[in-house]
Amino acid sequence: MSGAVANPKRGGMGLAASRRRRRLWVLLLCGLGLGAAAALALTAFRDNLVFFRSPSDIAAMAAPDGRAFRLGGLVEAGSVVRDGAEARFRVTDGAHTISVTYRGVLPDLFREGQGVVTLGRLGPDGHFTASEVLARHDETYMPPEVKDALERSGHWNPEQGAAPPASGWNTMQPRTGG
Amino acid sequence: MPWLWGLSLAVLLPAVAWALFLSPADWQQGETVRIMYVHVPMAWLAMGGYAGLALASVLALVWKHPLADLAAREISPVGAVVTALCLATGSLWGRPMWGTWWAWDARMTSVLVLFFLWVGHAAITRAFEDEERGARVGAILALVGVVNLPIVKFSVDWWNTLHQPASVARMAGPSMHISMLGPLLACAIGFSLLFGTLVLARVRAAVMERRVQALELARAREADRAPASEAVPA
Repeated sequence: MSGAVANPKRGGMGLAASRRRRRLWVLLLCGLGLGAAAALALTAFRDNLVFFRSPSDIAAMAAPDGRAFRLGGLVEAGSVVRDGAEARFRVTDGAHTISVTYRGVLPDLFREGQGVVTLGRLGPDGHFTASEVLARHDETYMPPEVKDALERSGHWNPEQGAAPPASGWNTMQPRTGG
Repeated sequence: MPWLWGLSLAVLLPAVAWALFLSPADWQQGETVRIMYVHVPMAWLAMGGYAGLALASVLALVWKHPLADLAAREISPVGAVVTALCLATGSLWGRPMWGTWWAWDARMTSVLVLFFLWVGHAAITRAFEDEERGARVGAILALVGVVNLPIVKFSVDWWNTLHQPASVARMAGPSMHISMLGPLLACAIGFSLLFGTLVLARVRAAVMERRVQALELARAREADRAPASEAVPA
């Protein structure tokens, strides 16, 4: 009696298990296909997915076609000249530098050594006229005391660019250790 | 359940106090850095929660577990709210720091897509007369959307973006001072507990709702049968 009940049940479970396995395989194959398609699409559109171009990208580019684009890089130390509402500065990535003119309000984080993204047009003389300037924030988060301690010890000058490797300061105790 | 609510609040409230009042300001962001203590946990939960949704969807599609369908259905409104908060706090931070509320860079656009996936999943699972069918369509949508998770995470490394690269989950170790990393991790744990509690409460409510429906159905059947049995002696 019990065997008669158990047998069809076991057969049913075997069928269910094979169905489960088939569903799992279909799912895995679909996922693989989808992932490959997404990777191909993203690689194909690589150049259109960047938010800005670096001065080196622009140096490698053909002659400017007068279209607006975004230029990004660090504000070169000592390059900022403010003249009323107009600001002139140079944007650099270390290898190439482009001079920029901008009329308007600069964001709070704008300073020498800061990353910026500017929207504008490149003139035939290689001068960039910006209609928008955004500041970039880098991935470092530190209290003012730590920044002062790093500056005093000569490990970092914020006007020269990014902070030193985090392992040098991310557990630093400036009050007790300094 | 009450102890889960208690635990969430017991972790979250001190963590938020630590983040908002006791942790230092940033040297260049000033007090604005405190937005990060909400923004980053919301971003982690938006992605971690989505991974949970995807797991529930696999369990529902392959193993046909009824509780998995229910969990997927109940996690998506919470996930949508968390992603919306991530976008809103990011926008509030972006205005004073970057100088704009929004930019169409790869990170922000992919998180917006994540938000639409959450909302779309919440809507589509409830759009069918036949609940089982809605759950199936929702599970497929959720799994297709998994493609977006690595795009969100690595967008800041693969392409240049306005959004800064990762500060905590990165190969070279956190580039955040320990006095800020502590409250951030505490907030992340607190918000995660709250997220889990909210989802569990929703699943429990949904289970009870179905139990009530089943009882009502049984009572209605009994009521249908009762006059018939009375009719026999008469």
